[in-house]
Formats: sequence, C-alpha cells, structure tokens
Amino acid sequence: MTILTFSVVVAVVSFVAGLLGSLTGLGGGVVLVPLLTILFHVDIRYAIGASLVSVIATSSGAAAAYVKEGFSNIRIGMFLEIATTFGALIGAFLATWIPTSALAIIFGAVLLYSAYLSREPRPEAQRNLPPDALATRLRLNGSFPEHESRRHYNVQNVPGGFGLMFGAGALSGLLGIGSGAVKVLAMDQAMRIPFKVSTTTSNFMIGVTAAASAGVYLSRGYVDPGLSMPVMLGVLAGSLLGSRILVRAETKSLRLVFSLVILVLGLQMLYKGFWGPI
Amino acid sequence: MAEEQTPVRGSRPFQPQPWRDRQLEVVLGNLLRAGVLFSAAIVLAGACVYLSRHAHEPANYRVFQGEPSEFRTIRGVIHAVRNGRGRGLIQLGLLLLIATPIARVSFSIVGFSIERDYLYVSFTVIVLLVLLYSFLGTGIGL
Repeated sequence: MTILTFSVVVAVVSFVAGLLGSLTGLGGGVVLVPLLTILFHVDIRYAIGASLVSVIATSSGAAAAYVKEGFSNIRIGMFLEIATTFGALIGAFLATWIPTSALAIIFGAVLLYSAYLSREPRPEAQRNLPPDALATRLRLNGSFPEHESRRHYNVQNVPGGFGLMFGAGALSGLLGIGSGAVKVLAMDQAMRIPFKVSTTTSNFMIGVTAAASAGVYLSRGYVDPGLSMPVMLGVLAGSLLGSRILVRAETKSLRLVFSLVILVLGLQMLYKGFWGPI
Repeated sequence: MAEEQTPVRGSRPFQPQPWRDRQLEVVLGNLLRAGVLFSAAIVLAGACVYLSRHAHEPANYRVFQGEPSEFRTIRGVIHAVRNGRGRGLIQLGLLLLIATPIARVSFSIVGFSIERDYLYVSFTVIVLLVLLYSFLGTGIGL
C-alpha cells in the first residue's frame, strides 16, 4: 500500500471510529489500536502512540460543547486528575518495557470489559444521599440542570474513586486509550456521581490524562507523524460531527453494534497476544 | 459568552461560587477547542507537504524502529520545520495538541486563585507539575 492510500484509508477508518465512539459515548480510541494492529498490521507501539494523540484531540475538541450544557464539575475533575496523571505517567513508563504480547492481552481484557459494561444499563445515582465528610471538605458536591431547576448531588467514597482513577490513568498511559470504562466504574459506581456529570467530567479529564503520558511516548519515539496524522485528523473530524448529531439520535442499536465490534476486537487482541505475532 | 444565561440561584448549599466555576469552564472549553483546531490546521498543512512528496512510497509500520531524534525532541521538531519537512510540521501540530491540556490546567490555576480557593490551586499545581515533567523532563525538552 502506498503512503497516500494508507493515509486515506486510515483517515476514513478513524473518522468512523471517532463518529461511532462519540455517538455511543464509548470513545473511539478503544477500537483504534486493535483496528490499526489487526487490519493494517501496524506495530502496537506506533498504534498506541497515534491513538493517544487522537484521544487528546477528541477530549479537548468536545470540551466546549460539554461545558455549555453545564454538567461537568471542574473540582471533581481536577481532584481526580491528580490520580489519573500520576497513573498515566507510570503506565507510560511501564509500556516501554512490557512485551508487546502482554500489551495485546491487557488490551483484549479491557476491550472485553468495555463490551460487557456497554451492555449493562448505567445505574442512575440514588437521589438524596447523605453528604460525605471528605467530599464536603474537598468541595466536590455540586449540582446540575434538570427540568428547569438544579439537582444537587453528594459525592461518596472519595478514597475508592481516587484509587480506581489511578488505575484508569495507568491503563490510559499503558494502552493509549481514554479508559472511559474504568472511569465509569470509579465515578458512577464508587463515587455515586450522576452519570451526566461523570460522563462530561470524565471527557474533560481524558485529555489531561493523555497529555501526561504523551510526553513519554513522544520522547521514546512512539509517535510517528505519518501514522498519527490521518488518525488524529480522522478521529477529530468524526467526533466533532458526532457531537453535533448527538443526543436525540437513536443510539441503542448503534451501541449494540459498536459493543459487538469491541467484543470481536477484544477476542482478536487476546488471540494475537497469546498465539499470534504482534 | 453573550449566550450564557444567568444561572438559577439558591438551593446549592455545598458548592461555593458555582457561577464563577461555570464562567471559568466556558472560557477553558473555548480555549481548548481553539487550541485543537489550530493544531489540527498545522497537522493538515504538514500532511499536504508530506503527501505531496511521499505519496507513492510504500507505507510500512509493521516493524517498530522508533522515531529518529528529529521527531522526538522539541528542538529536533523545530529544526525539521525550518528545513521545510512535512513530517516536522505534523509533529509540531501534535506538540501543540499535547500542550492544549497543559494550557487548560495552567489557566485553571489562575481561575482558582481568583476564587481564592487555595486548596484547588495546590491540587492544580500538582497536576501541572506532573504534566510538565512528562512534557519536558523525559527527554523531549530542548
């Protein structure tokens, strides 16, 4: 394949991944690395570098749209970014000496988990939870617009959420993904943050988390300009378009299709990690 | 910010000055988007140069070799851009892209200082130090 054909095809695939990732809320990054390695036979390290860069583009590009809705909580985001950035830095250093087959296996496991999670309905946070002492001291509690008024929420289990966020950051740094699935676990399940708030705040955090590992990847020579260019431009265009058509579109069947794609890619990554050349 | 509405007041016992928070977030959100679009434009310009020269060469990313130092350090990238290299321009756009969240965190420090929320000023400084370490302390720095 010539560089021109390669760039065009990769840009189109990245566009579709960004569009579907944005429409379903599952994130495009998680399918990019397996697609690049399985379909285009790109070395997983180059794929991770390119995906990481595109994750920053999606997160920062969509931030303005999310902020306007008034759901994201900048204090929750900043506090948890302490955990995710440290995690991401450690993950990025780990990635430089972990064998690529192990990377593929971890990636496959994360994909399977994401597919499983996307089929589960997200639990709506219970209303009127009592204020937690630590969360109150950290001023994490907030409110968001709902039915013409504002609904207040109290954040729970701060240490648990913080610990899980460290794990989310490490996975992000290790695999070059936004690791939305683990963030859901930390913010929805552990900290009981209403999911509209956790989704938008997590989007805000993804860019900062990815930036923490991007420096390591760049300096180690994992970010190839020829590969990152079509990936970044494609994903950015796809996700920007996705955030425009969003919300009122019928996404249930789309989610099902996309989670099946994630499932298949996860199995293939596991196969490649255990038996195949990678 | 003309389209911003006055928020509904009252019934928020635990969040101090949410209106300022929101103003801050809107500014940051627009800043981020501008940064992303600017860096995407540079990547696109680099892509034109790169593709016009190398379009018909074979693409091969099967074997990991690691990038040459001109695409791994800020100085190397600037050097490549000066020499009119398309890939240097792409890499410059990517460096700017990585810098947008760093700019966002820096502006948050200013925002929290204005609100006199020194707890969050210190949290944000910690995050900024981690980012700066990754960006400058790992070898890409000059």
